[in-house]
Amino acid sequence: MKVIEGSYAVAEAVRVCKPHVISAYPITPQTHIVETLSQMVADGAIKAEYVRVESEFSAISVCIGASAAGTRTYTATTSQGLALMHEALFNAAGMRLPIVMTAVNRSLSAPLSIWNDQQDTISQRDTGWIQLHAENAQEASDTIIQAYKIAEYRSILLPVMVCMDGYILTHVYEPVELWEQKKVDAFLPEFDPVHVLDPKKPKTFGAFADPSLYTEFRYMVQEAMEVAKKKIVDIANEFRDEFGRYYGGLIDEYRAKDAETLILAMGSVIGTIKDAIDEMRADGIPVGLLKIRAYRPFPVDTIRDAVAGAKAIIVLDKNISMGYEGALFTDVKSALYGKSGVTALGFILGLGGRDITKQTIKDMVAKALEAMKSGKVQECEFVDLRKEVL
Amino acid sequence: MKLSVGAVAEPGSTRANKTGTWRTFRPVFNADLCVGCGICSQFCPEGIIHEKNDKYATDYDYCKGCGICAAECPKGAIKMVLEVK
Amino acid sequence: MKEIRIHGRGGQGSVTAAELLAVAAFEDGKYSQAFPSFGVERRGAPVTAFVRIGDQSIQLRSQISKPDYVIVQDPTLISVVDVASGIKPDGMVLVNTEKDAKSLNLSTRVKVRTVDATKIALDILGRPIVNTTLLGAFAGATGLIRMTSIEKAIRERFAGELGDKNVKAAKKAFDITGGKE
Repeated sequence: MKVIEGSYAVAEAVRVCKPHVISAYPITPQTHIVETLSQMVADGAIKAEYVRVESEFSAISVCIGASAAGTRTYTATTSQGLALMHEALFNAAGMRLPIVMTAVNRSLSAPLSIWNDQQDTISQRDTGWIQLHAENAQEASDTIIQAYKIAEYRSILLPVMVCMDGYILTHVYEPVELWEQKKVDAFLPEFDPVHVLDPKKPKTFGAFADPSLYTEFRYMVQEAMEVAKKKIVDIANEFRDEFGRYYGGLIDEYRAKDAETLILAMGSVIGTIKDAIDEMRADGIPVGLLKIRAYRPFPVDTIRDAVAGAKAIIVLDKNISMGYEGALFTDVKSALYGKSGVTALGFILGLGGRDITKQTIKDMVAKALEAMKSGKVQECEFVDLRKEVL
Repeated sequence: MKLSVGAVAEPGSTRANKTGTWRTFRPVFNADLCVGCGICSQFCPEGIIHEKNDKYATDYDYCKGCGICAAECPKGAIKMVLEVK
Repeated sequence: MKEIRIHGRGGQGSVTAAELLAVAAFEDGKYSQAFPSFGVERRGAPVTAFVRIGDQSIQLRSQISKPDYVIVQDPTLISVVDVASGIKPDGMVLVNTEKDAKSLNLSTRVKVRTVDATKIALDILGRPIVNTTLLGAFAGATGLIRMTSIEKAIRERFAGELGDKNVKAAKKAFDITGGKE
């Protein structure tokens, strides 16, 4: 193990996956990842072509072209950059191109903020990309290796976003175990595309579909997502066998089995929640955690089973669907519809880099305990809202 | 303070933020050597070096001590001196 | 677990100081974590960086509001930022200044140590970049990190002569603050 920066760990993981084409546009706080990669390419440490572009729209378009040509591709972006990719993200998924992207999580303007929340990737939820969330630098980089294996699996062939919280994980220095090339090569075979874009044997990718066929193409993506549900779990297990590290499949549980109150969350806040749970458990409060690792495909059945024994759930959202509530909260409630009478509370927190402490977590649990007693539930509450400036 | 709808800011926030405390080195202007060419003023990234009676001086309330003026002065009339803190 | 908060200004190497402290602690056989709290990054603007050092793997990611130690890289920050905010009663504040602790008038009852790191850095490095010097002083004043580990972390980050000079500056500060190997 070595103390390195999260961004550097991700770049190292990309390097050992041997991509052929990398294309990205620098944007805070993704910059350290792509500047490290461009350095690696310049130094000959990766035998890849690094395509410099003038925008994120071009970066994803380069990846789409290169992936269609049968190469392994990588890009990374965040926030406004991801929003600029939006239109092309649908193309990547619809054309079934196994691109892997590190989606650094950052808030969206206006007002301008460079700090972390998860509004950016949540807003790309419906593009057809698989979305996996990481809780630490090791997971953010290990998941890159898993992501290529998931994406390139013949009956999946979908692009994958590995989501990591900006600054909190991209800029943290912590111990990370790096990878032996031989082991990665054994785990991740060469990309073997079904179709290859080649001028000598012309083909059209993402061709026209009239109303008699469009629905069926969309259905095929949905089916691939169902396959991914199983394969994400299998590949996480294979990774554990090979590398000795495991972060859960679609979800992970922490002290959840006998928990009366369960916290559901994604990303870097997981570690803080675990520490808060340990302290609350020591005080005799039976609380546990469901870490959502796969946001798309959404682990409906797994969540239903995991929540079955709980009396209350608390869902944390670093995003909000304006006019309704946090997106994860909506998804979790719909997964439980008709299956569970659990008391459900949704909280909006950590927007634009607002710090989340152990006390923040404990306060939410206290509210859940109160709600169970009183039967009064406030859905979609903003945590630590500064009423004095409103 | 109450927040404005749409994060609309009134002018003057830069004036309120006295960045002079950021300085490690202070530019000291020697009026005897200054020929009043104004190059320092043109290069100052803060736009705070102004002419007065054909000589130039900076505004220490906002000078961050970057030293570009001293580097650009063709007469060596500006010296960077360590601030005493 | 020990928590350290570093106050500095953009360009003074506060984030690098945090990184090197985490690397040195890991070298000492402990777990560590370092991360910055960026504002709008500009040379001279106040910045904060955080370090956690513990015997177990660290998963807590909130900012540090109740530090065991505070390092102040620039004494002018004292009038702008409450540097001792939330410090634990048995904690310590280490300030880079030529003044003595009393004349700083810090609003805290905890121990305050001072070291003229700017002078040491100017003498040895020729530039007022004080981060490595302060790491030596921190090791000397707290005994929390071995000087040999600080040296190793510095050399890993800065090669050749630059590394030599930074190590020399750190060692000088280590000795001045009463550090013993």
